[in-house]
Amino acid sequence: MAVFKQQASKKVPNLKIGVIRWLRENLFSNAVNSVLTLLALYLIYLIVPTVANWALFDATFAPVTNEQCGREGACWRYIIEKLDLFIYGFYPPEAYWRPQWVVILALAFVWIAKLLKQHKYKTKIVTALIIIYPIIASFLLYGGPSLEIIETHKWGGLMLTIVAATVGIVASFPMGVLLALGRQSKMPIIRFLSVVYIEFIRGVPLITILFMASVVLPLFFNEGMDMDKLLRALIGIILFQSVYIAEVIRGGLQAIPKGQYEAADAMGLSFVQKTGLIILPQALKISIPNIVGSFIALFKDTTLLLIIGLFDILSMVHLTSSDENWLGRSTEGYVFVMVVMWIILYSMSRYSKVLELRYSTDHRN
Amino acid sequence: MGKIKSPLSFLYNNQIKAFLFQVITLVAVVYFFYNAADNLLSNIESRGIHTGFDFLGVESGFDIAEHLIDYSSTSSNLRVFYVGLINTIVVSVVSIIFASIIGLVVGIARLSNNWLIAKLAGGYIELFRNIPILLQILFWYNLALVSFPSPKQSFELFDSVFVNLRGIYLPKPIATEGFVWVFVALVVGIVLRVLVKRHFNKAHDKSGVKTNTLAYSLLLLLVLPMMLYFALGSPMAFDYPTLKGFNFKGGMSLSPEFLSLAFALSVYTATYIAEAIRSGIESVPKGQKEAALAMGLTQRQSLKLVVLPQALKVAIPPIINQYLNLTKNSSLAAAIGYSEIVSVFAGTVLNQVGQALEIIFMTMMVYLTISLVVSLVLNIVNHKMSINER
Repeated sequence: MAVFKQQASKKVPNLKIGVIRWLRENLFSNAVNSVLTLLALYLIYLIVPTVANWALFDATFAPVTNEQCGREGACWRYIIEKLDLFIYGFYPPEAYWRPQWVVILALAFVWIAKLLKQHKYKTKIVTALIIIYPIIASFLLYGGPSLEIIETHKWGGLMLTIVAATVGIVASFPMGVLLALGRQSKMPIIRFLSVVYIEFIRGVPLITILFMASVVLPLFFNEGMDMDKLLRALIGIILFQSVYIAEVIRGGLQAIPKGQYEAADAMGLSFVQKTGLIILPQALKISIPNIVGSFIALFKDTTLLLIIGLFDILSMVHLTSSDENWLGRSTEGYVFVMVVMWIILYSMSRYSKVLELRYSTDHRN
Repeated sequence: MGKIKSPLSFLYNNQIKAFLFQVITLVAVVYFFYNAADNLLSNIESRGIHTGFDFLGVESGFDIAEHLIDYSSTSSNLRVFYVGLINTIVVSVVSIIFASIIGLVVGIARLSNNWLIAKLAGGYIELFRNIPILLQILFWYNLALVSFPSPKQSFELFDSVFVNLRGIYLPKPIATEGFVWVFVALVVGIVLRVLVKRHFNKAHDKSGVKTNTLAYSLLLLLVLPMMLYFALGSPMAFDYPTLKGFNFKGGMSLSPEFLSLAFALSVYTATYIAEAIRSGIESVPKGQKEAALAMGLTQRQSLKLVVLPQALKVAIPPIINQYLNLTKNSSLAAAIGYSEIVSVFAGTVLNQVGQALEIIFMTMMVYLTISLVVSLVLNIVNHKMSINER
């Protein structure tokens, strides 16, 4: 009679475990994949060392002049020297505390809003903060009674980029909501006007609108009404951006089930009540990730201010690299601005992904 | 209880409310435009601005580096408009082609089961879509100007392609007498190939016997035209670029402005196209492919006949949208001076003539026409595709 004797289990073959298994499955699963992997490695070998050498190993950070920097590597000293210009433009250095406080206040207000969570007066306090903040911010940045006025032509750099993008998105929001409602409206004239406006603006590049705002717009106003260059650009941006906001919100409106409209009507709500209390809160909630997406697009588009002669962060490269002490350093300037913009835009796009997940919980099912 | 009668009760009728609201809006809009036009007229008068489109006939007085139609500084401003328009279309079409190719490759690579390839494609997308396009255009232009050698020290390739600061110089093919016949042969070949393919497809449908048509295709598209080409004694000459003085003469040249603009536009738009293609492929339920395989289709057939048609239906509208965006983004050439419409017409001509209203209007109309035509086509395509849906 054979007696069952337990035998030591066989070892898993080396090829099936650990790093080797991962490599076999993910990089060398078949001939084509192996060739592709090698090609990709070669590509990385071509690009990464060159870029790393230029940007890090051969680069100069020490306080030296342009000549001492050498041409093999990047001269980051140029960026360090010009950093203030890149951030604030020609804003007077003694007033740098003002934009700094604008940022601190923004963070503080967001923090307060978070702290309140389910507080009784949360909505009221947040609304008050939202209304107060732009007033304080514009007072701090521009000046006014008892604060020296700093004309907008001195604004520049990253500060101007952020101001233009933020004002653009906030100010275009109400108009965007109205346009979205107008396009969905049952009233033919309202719908027609909204559609014509939306399709017109969507069909032309932002740069032509900025040209129009800076060159043609003054012709439409009363003589003697001398409009600030930045203000004109902002009007252009708002006219442009409101359309994209409108399309985003329209997407949200279309996602609201018809039953919501009918239920609101059956409850006897007026149009304003129905829209303000039932439809818009739901539609806006769905649209939030796309609104962030639209803000990202606007942030990218603010670089166009350069073309109409405003000094956003990108135009600071032109400006600083024509300084005779730092000639021939424009590549460093562009790379620096690229890195700054990339960090901002990438973190925003990650954030919009997070929001998408958070709001994708479909409460209607 | 009687009804409450009020002289204003008609205001509670929804139809009347809607009507009144529309009338008020319309009046407000009309008033706004009337006011603007009024201001415009008085401003025009007081500043002595010329109006009308007479300026189009006036001699432009400046040179344009790149023009595909005859142009000189004595040409009219209208000619400038055409030159700019053609350059806009050229750079857009070239960039669209390259953006589609890169986008397709990267989009498929993103879904590859090869970890490294998928990560590289993802890295490419995240890197390039999060840098503003204008910044990319300026960066590549700057890089070209910094790193390309002067004409005397050009990079050379086979003594016929030269790369330097002024651009890339290529031999220019010049068709001589008889080349027309080669072209005709090619066209006939394409038509015949389509017919042959159709014939064998029909045969396949009827009998189930598949025929490989590769040999026919090669014969019709390649061998016969080539034979004709050599039989006619190679009726094609090349004009090679040569260094004369400080620059190259002859051949074809692509300026650094064109190259950096087309490169930046392709690379940037490709990221969006790749994402559209990826989401298109991901939108096809896994069951579709499994069902196709269960039906006995091969991997290739299931991809070609089942997955791709459904994926494309989802992917095509956003891709066309990206083509439009690319065309609009080509207006950023104004920053580097490639002679497209915004740069030469809304830029140089505007500065010389000063008739902002007319010039900006014409420029806007160009883009508006392009995008309306494209959306019309897109709507028709969408409509056709949605009929297939059950």
